[in-house]
Amino acid sequence: MKVEAELPPRTRPSVVELESELPPSAPEPLVKRLGRVALGRQPIGLAFGAPYALFIAVLFAYPLGLSVWISFHSYFFTAPGMSVARPFVGFANYRAVLSDPAVRQSLLNILIFLVINVPLTVGLSMLLASALNSLIPFRAFFRACFYVPYVTASVAMVAVWLFMFNSTGVVNSVLGPLAPVPSWLVNQNWAMPSVAVYVTWKQLGFFILLYLAALQNVPKELYEAASMDGASWWHRLWAVTVPGVRTVTTLITLLAIIVGANLFTEPYLLTAGGGPSGKSASPVLLMYQTGIEQNHPDFASALGVLLVLLVLVVVAAQRLLQRHQA
Amino acid sequence: MVPVRSSFVARVKLRATVVVVFTLSLGLSALGGSAVASAKPAPLSYGPINIWYSNNAQEITWGEQEVAAWNHLYPSQKVTGQQIPAAESSEEVIEAAITAGSEPCLIYNTAPAAVPDFEAMGGLVSLNSFPGAVSYIYARTGALAGMYKSPDNEFYQMPWKSNPVVIFYNKTEFAKAGISTTNPPLATYSEFLATAKKLVSSGAAKLAIDPSPSSEFYEAWYDFYPLYAAESGGKLLVENGKATFDSSAGQAVAAFWAQLYKEKLAGNETYTGDPFADGTAAMAIVGPWAIADYQGKEGSPKVNYGVAPLPTSKGNTSYTVPTFSDAKSIGMYASCKNRGTAWDFLKFTTSESADGKLLSLTGQMPMRQGLEKLYASYFKANPDYIDFAVESAHIIDCPYVSNSIEVWQVFRNDWSKAVIFGSGSTDAALASASAAINKLVASNSSP
Repeated sequence: MKVEAELPPRTRPSVVELESELPPSAPEPLVKRLGRVALGRQPIGLAFGAPYALFIAVLFAYPLGLSVWISFHSYFFTAPGMSVARPFVGFANYRAVLSDPAVRQSLLNILIFLVINVPLTVGLSMLLASALNSLIPFRAFFRACFYVPYVTASVAMVAVWLFMFNSTGVVNSVLGPLAPVPSWLVNQNWAMPSVAVYVTWKQLGFFILLYLAALQNVPKELYEAASMDGASWWHRLWAVTVPGVRTVTTLITLLAIIVGANLFTEPYLLTAGGGPSGKSASPVLLMYQTGIEQNHPDFASALGVLLVLLVLVVVAAQRLLQRHQA
Repeated sequence: MVPVRSSFVARVKLRATVVVVFTLSLGLSALGGSAVASAKPAPLSYGPINIWYSNNAQEITWGEQEVAAWNHLYPSQKVTGQQIPAAESSEEVIEAAITAGSEPCLIYNTAPAAVPDFEAMGGLVSLNSFPGAVSYIYARTGALAGMYKSPDNEFYQMPWKSNPVVIFYNKTEFAKAGISTTNPPLATYSEFLATAKKLVSSGAAKLAIDPSPSSEFYEAWYDFYPLYAAESGGKLLVENGKATFDSSAGQAVAAFWAQLYKEKLAGNETYTGDPFADGTAAMAIVGPWAIADYQGKEGSPKVNYGVAPLPTSKGNTSYTVPTFSDAKSIGMYASCKNRGTAWDFLKFTTSESADGKLLSLTGQMPMRQGLEKLYASYFKANPDYIDFAVESAHIIDCPYVSNSIEVWQVFRNDWSKAVIFGSGSTDAALASASAAINKLVASNSSP
């Protein structure tokens, strides 16, 4: 049998190679060349993107930059035309933030919140999405039920939870002697976990929706193959669903961390501000109190910058872990 | 496949863009943050002005009437009034407006506690700059006006109205508990505690009293501060640069409240609504502004209430014992161009006639001397308000110190921890708060 000689793999020539094959042409004018480098081949694209870029610059980049600048200066808000000194103070504001016991407590509170909320959010939303993705009776009704808390204003939902979780509420009535004393939201040990459970419940609908969308892209054949191999429901979930929705899991984890780090409304409303002995105070609450109420935006900005850095560190660690696991 | 050179150039351009945008942001921010040359004070001129008043229904009515009356008399100096924009608190709205330079000429909802901060922001006009202003203020308010001066003797606010807080009690629930509704035993701390226990144990009310347990800085004005005023004989939180509450008077007040919370006679859980109006709590510490709400519609009062003076450890049955004012001042703000009109309108709305209308429409006490005599016909027709008129001559307010809000927040944090949630000793909490506040006041006073 004649064996054909192996041919080298066909490759498309690169632009460099193509360009080198072209006959030499007149050199491009410098101005035109610089313009093409700066604006690209389709400047109209820049024109379409400019409004959004301006929006980002004005509403995100400028406040972020100003906040970082303020955090390195002694700064308070003044009326226009008021002449005050705003000296550069280096890391003094950051030292003040890190040495403030209330700030340290709030960071610990957020850590407790994230440890409870993030796994609970990811786990519950995946499980419920899997259940809601299967053909169960009243599926649409259940989907709506889970989504309603997400679209309802926190203020309204908080009133319900305060009613349920107060010392004479329905939860304690059911638990009887097992109910904590003091009750959940005024208990130093249970205040932040209660807030974490509330936030998990409130946001579940949105994350279930994300998982439901992701589950549509998991081939049904994988489930069928797993069933034929005798995999139980749990094995199918672990072996097919979890890997199949990995990217959404990353997204949900990221979102849950960011939401948790920015927590303000729920602890503020549920636990009367900082909660018992500041055990449910969040860093954003302290930023509000110091930056807005007390007119110390330098302190608040330093805390904000530190919070951003901490979230970036946590997210980076999470990404590294997931990459390693993949 | 993306060409190598184009891919590299794209990445470089992207990174360069990000760096440029960020650097520009920092640079522009620095420009935005740098001090601007100070503007010259606005000359005394006359013309249209804007004012804000509170969103209390009765005050809106009063404000609209005053504006209409002025505009009828002085059409060329038109006053436009509106309710203060809604937010978590009026002080935030005003602070934001000062920063933006968009505040009106006059705000009839300026909290005295926030005035030092607004002054430091350069947001307020000293009324001393108007001829005869100081004598006008003292002639109207009397010696109490001294509480509203800055340390450098400037009036950055016009003391306007007060709401002296006293004990309101629910007569129906008191009767249900078998307690006298005409002379309830509330004069001493021990009597108050005994009455509170009876109210709760009899099932007449879920709680004896339920001030908000929130950690907001201003909540101290409705639990600690009124009783401290009564117990201490009228001491301010800070006097002569030092906290005064780490004393026998402060400790007695703290111990009293701690007892109420410990025995679940006062609630430490958030309540959505007004627990006194809802009948959940049998008593409340409020001022005369609440009467309109509790009276409800004629023929069907919302709460069958009675009023009593604040208790003290030794006993008090008089309305001449000091209490917290819950006052509001009128501030003239820096962005005001027509300050001549603003000052004239301010005097127009604090005249004897305007104060009478304020009293009759809102039930709140104008900070004017001799209310009972001046408005005798009103008090004859509304005897419920006489006690408040008497009390209004014996009020204290928040001390005029820099970073006043921060001072109150420091106090509230320690109070909340020890008194409301029972963590640690109340004496130690007062000592800790006192030390922190002394340090704060001293650091703000030093150049």
